[in-house]
Amino acid sequence: MIETANTSAPYTHSAASVQKTMTTVILALVPATAFNLYLFGWPAVFLFGVTVLACVGMEALALTIGGRRLLPTLGDGSAVLTGWLLAMTLPPWAPWWTGVLGAVFAILLGKHVFGGLGQNLFNPAMVARVGLLVSFPVALTSWVGPHPLFWTGTPGFQDALNITFGGQIPDGFSAATALGFVKTELSRGIPVSQSMGHLPDLMDMGLGLRAGSLGETSLVLILAGGLFLMWKKVITWHIPTAMLGTLFVVATLGHLGNPERFADGTFHLMSGAAFLGAFFIATDYVTSPVSKSGQIVFGCGVGLLTWVIRSFAGYPEGVAFAILLMNSLTPIIDQYTRPRRFGRTRRGEPLAPQGEK
Amino acid sequence: MKLFAIRGGIHPDYRKELASDQAITALPMPDSLQILLHQHIGAPARLMVAPGERVLKGQMIAQGQGPVSAPTHAPTSGVIESVSEVTAPHASGLPLTAVVLTPDGLEEWATLPDPIADALTVAPQQIWDRVAQAGIVGLGGAAFPSVIKLHLGVQRKLEMLVLNGAECEPYLCCDDRVMREQAAEVVDGARIMAHALGVSRVIVGIEENKPEALEAMTQAAADFPDVTIQPVPVQYPMGSERHLVQALTGRETPANKLTADIGAVVHNVATAQAVHQAVRHGRPLIDRVVTVSGRAVRQPRNIRTPIGAPVSTLIDFCGGLVGVPARLVLGGPMMGQPLPNLEVPVIKGTSGILALDAEETGDAAPGPCIRCGTCVSICPCGLVPLEMAAFIRTDDLKGAANLGVTECLSCGSCSWACPSHIPLVQYFNYAKGMLKTKERERAKSEHTKAQTEAHRARLEKAAAAKLAAQAAKAAPGGAKSAPIARQPRADETAEA
Repeated sequence: MIETANTSAPYTHSAASVQKTMTTVILALVPATAFNLYLFGWPAVFLFGVTVLACVGMEALALTIGGRRLLPTLGDGSAVLTGWLLAMTLPPWAPWWTGVLGAVFAILLGKHVFGGLGQNLFNPAMVARVGLLVSFPVALTSWVGPHPLFWTGTPGFQDALNITFGGQIPDGFSAATALGFVKTELSRGIPVSQSMGHLPDLMDMGLGLRAGSLGETSLVLILAGGLFLMWKKVITWHIPTAMLGTLFVVATLGHLGNPERFADGTFHLMSGAAFLGAFFIATDYVTSPVSKSGQIVFGCGVGLLTWVIRSFAGYPEGVAFAILLMNSLTPIIDQYTRPRRFGRTRRGEPLAPQGEK
Repeated sequence: MKLFAIRGGIHPDYRKELASDQAITALPMPDSLQILLHQHIGAPARLMVAPGERVLKGQMIAQGQGPVSAPTHAPTSGVIESVSEVTAPHASGLPLTAVVLTPDGLEEWATLPDPIADALTVAPQQIWDRVAQAGIVGLGGAAFPSVIKLHLGVQRKLEMLVLNGAECEPYLCCDDRVMREQAAEVVDGARIMAHALGVSRVIVGIEENKPEALEAMTQAAADFPDVTIQPVPVQYPMGSERHLVQALTGRETPANKLTADIGAVVHNVATAQAVHQAVRHGRPLIDRVVTVSGRAVRQPRNIRTPIGAPVSTLIDFCGGLVGVPARLVLGGPMMGQPLPNLEVPVIKGTSGILALDAEETGDAAPGPCIRCGTCVSICPCGLVPLEMAAFIRTDDLKGAANLGVTECLSCGSCSWACPSHIPLVQYFNYAKGMLKTKERERAKSEHTKAQTEAHRARLEKAAAAKLAAQAAKAAPGGAKSAPIARQPRADETAEA
């Protein structure tokens, strides 16, 4: 039967689809994730698996309660991606229930309470990350250094099960993140210039051989994933560049003003979740502005707030808070950064008759 | 020549290669033609013939009426079978009045007006009259009576005629073929139109994906320094007249104005050829080139088709359909109309007939908006499609109007690009229709209100006059019965 229903043209369509977009993002995350799973061993693998599965499970639960069809929505990959990103922001040896509870925060409270895909105001993974952090500060700040799979001294499969599902990190494994270390030292009265000497060098920071969240440490691989997304036209340069640029500039200015109190721009760029946040989290379509100029405002805001929180607030890391704060401004940014309409001035008046701008 | 960037736009799969190498061939005369009286923008033409009458090829069978209208001519000689209602080649599928003509196969021409030999020097009025009499309308698809757009120089200072050879719609190549095969006629027609407009400059904008047309047109224009053949980037919707003028001149047409207000009038290349035919040979517009394409057509072709030929005869001429097409379209796939059935007739504005398979249409069920912002980046009008759609979904038409929904071209770029397959243009067309209806209703109720007020004022005035007259009559009756206001009314009641 020939389709004669009176829907408007166009009667042709680009190859784009939500599923394709989500799959591309996941593909871009694979290298950084694979490297970090190797770096942090079996406990990280277990936590990652639990978190992703829990998010898919919560999505299915929410869809069932809402009386919606499961397949089209579960199949689009958005729940997998949320779980994936959430896992990447958890301490790699955190207990299994952080992943499950995180899924409740992310999928149920962060997403479906607002109406499901596309309706949420806040980034679901960041809602979960921050929700867990403020509720369970100890579990969410217990870091470990690199303990690659199959190395001597690394927990085996059985030990890893005990870590993830038994909830105990054995003595001698815990380590501090660079941001956490500098913050703690500062609170003990040791200036930044001095504590910086005890941190991994730039090369190790860039490659990811340091303590940190499950997926945030390898700047090189995250950058590669980000560039891949730009090449695939899934994201554009606006948010990452604005965010990292602002973070670097304000941190550098702070450092120049008071080197004992403020770490330098390079340190801020290379530590914590700056890269992961800039390329994969702040660029979330649903919760960031739709116009390019709005995205620049948004990115600058995230960069600035990240530095402010890292430098002045109680928490050593501020990316998640900064993104959530800017998420709340997205509707307003959207309203003030609409494109100029054809034939009109920025203020919406028709152009002068001679067609001059 | 320096070109200027236009905002947004898309690069769909053009699929022009399906038909672009097919030379224009004439359609064998069908057994019956259904010539609509209303196939242009404006008032329908008024019937001049009666059933049973024999008409000659090129004879006017319906004349234009009102300021915006166009006459229609018999595409061949034959007998008027009837005047009846046929399905309109429009999404509505509503019935429209058509002259049903049975061709006699003799192709006997009516007496045509004399060619205008000195067309580039005569008074513009002669060209206007000829173009109007020939029933020429914009052949790019809008079918706006061309003569009106040749008058635009009367009250405005024009600088140039822009000839639109962009043909940015996928699949379509009728303009491409006309430029390749009849470049000299197109260029001559354009120069005649420029003369009628009172401008000395013609720029022909042709998208770079038509190298043969560019070559042919450049050769045809070689001797005329006033005609510039200008390649323009392949970027849909380059063929939108405001955007083409912006790309060529850098001038942006202000909102609520015409391109003529910034010095440029835009006509389609096929229209220029029709003007050449009318002016140099006296021939009215009785046929046009139609691209029949799509993967569900056995042999895509470019067909010179008499106006009124049923779509089915074109499809048959192309060897019929392959399987069951997913979609039949009148015009291009980006802005065309769904075809109600295969028996609707070709009209002057029919540029293409497409039979598309499922892979070509890429249909999928709409999903939720993920706010990816693609529609915002690509909207050539600088609108915010996702936000307008959100307003329309809650029936807040005023909200959508504030964001400029009435300035949407319906070019389809946003719907095409939407990863969630949201039918955005469907929303906007709905909103535009509703807003127009509301505006009409508002105007109507205001008119009614004004009429009612006037009526009441008249009645009051009449009553007051009557009172005054009675008072005047009563006054000489003496001071005894003092004329107080209530008294006459008592009389009135008594009379009643």
